[in-house]
Amino acid sequence: MIRSEVLREIAPILRDRLVVCNIGLPSQELHLIDDQPSNFYMLGTMGLSSSIGLGVALAQDKTVISIDGDGSVLTNFGTLPTIANNVADNFILLIIDNGSYGSTGDQPTYAGMKTSLAAVAKACGCENVVECQAKDTAEVLQAAVDSKKMTIIVCKCESGNIKVPVITKDPVVIRDRFMTAVQS
Amino acid sequence: MSISTKIVDDFVANGVDFVTTVPCKQLAGVIEEVESRDAIYHIPANKEDEGMGLCAGAFMGGSRPAIIMQNTAIGVTVNTLVTLTQFYRMPLPMLISYRGELKEPVACQVEMAVHTKALLNQLNIPTYHFHKQEDANELDAILKYTFMCNKPVAILTDATFWGGY
Repeated sequence: MIRSEVLREIAPILRDRLVVCNIGLPSQELHLIDDQPSNFYMLGTMGLSSSIGLGVALAQDKTVISIDGDGSVLTNFGTLPTIANNVADNFILLIIDNGSYGSTGDQPTYAGMKTSLAAVAKACGCENVVECQAKDTAEVLQAAVDSKKMTIIVCKCESGNIKVPVITKDPVVIRDRFMTAVQS
Repeated sequence: MSISTKIVDDFVANGVDFVTTVPCKQLAGVIEEVESRDAIYHIPANKEDEGMGLCAGAFMGGSRPAIIMQNTAIGVTVNTLVTLTQFYRMPLPMLISYRGELKEPVACQVEMAVHTKALLNQLNIPTYHFHKQEDANELDAILKYTFMCNKPVAILTDATFWGGY
């Protein structure tokens, strides 16, 4: 399974949640598969999906799912100790780890080589870290939502992309409808 | 009242309840003051762009965020300021220690100081420079201005303001 197939499978779980989605193809794919006002699409700023999601989770009570990538987590490695030491039980970080920088031409990342993001997350102090295969992601994600415990999921999937249009929505519109969903 | 207490009083009076910090020697007192307040969730960040991501999320979650950092961070955060904070029109008061100004003992700090205001100007970030302690009397108005216009706003605080090293 590739990332877009994982997103298609978990879309029904994401639908009723606050979702912060990583820059580039992940946001474009989610936007194509199931655009929701409760989705915050990152149009720039690689690496900050987990930080933005943690901020949302700490500021209010609804469940927040940050969809991140292995390359983006590697870009912002400092996020994992911050998450570990600021526990928000309404926060789930879903790292879709395809071992490559998908949006830029599938260049390999170190997460696809020797580096285990699940092991790093645990070493940083994150308490609920689950590594799963792509086909099991929906089940693992639903269990994490139901557990009401902050959870880091590392979903190992294959590298590969589908053709998707860029998101042309105005960033302020994306932000405003997301904030309306937060308050609803 | 210490200047750090006055600054954090203004934060609290303006509803700032989520503060991320990356430390600087000059900011030690104000960070300690932030940590001591029940009205503020203090979340230390490992890097300033990470902190700005946390602040963006907190704002969308209904909080009023602020970041406390050194001016070297302007070099680190240009992309985040432009593609996150400004692009999505979010407010962000940035209390910044302005290293490399008068009374600076470390030569390397001057190298970033000479670019600080030029970078902020290039980014169209409203910038205020606290040199004397009475300059902090404007902080309350600066915070109101920041949350009125939904922009990042820089408050540069130099060594003379903090009373030297």
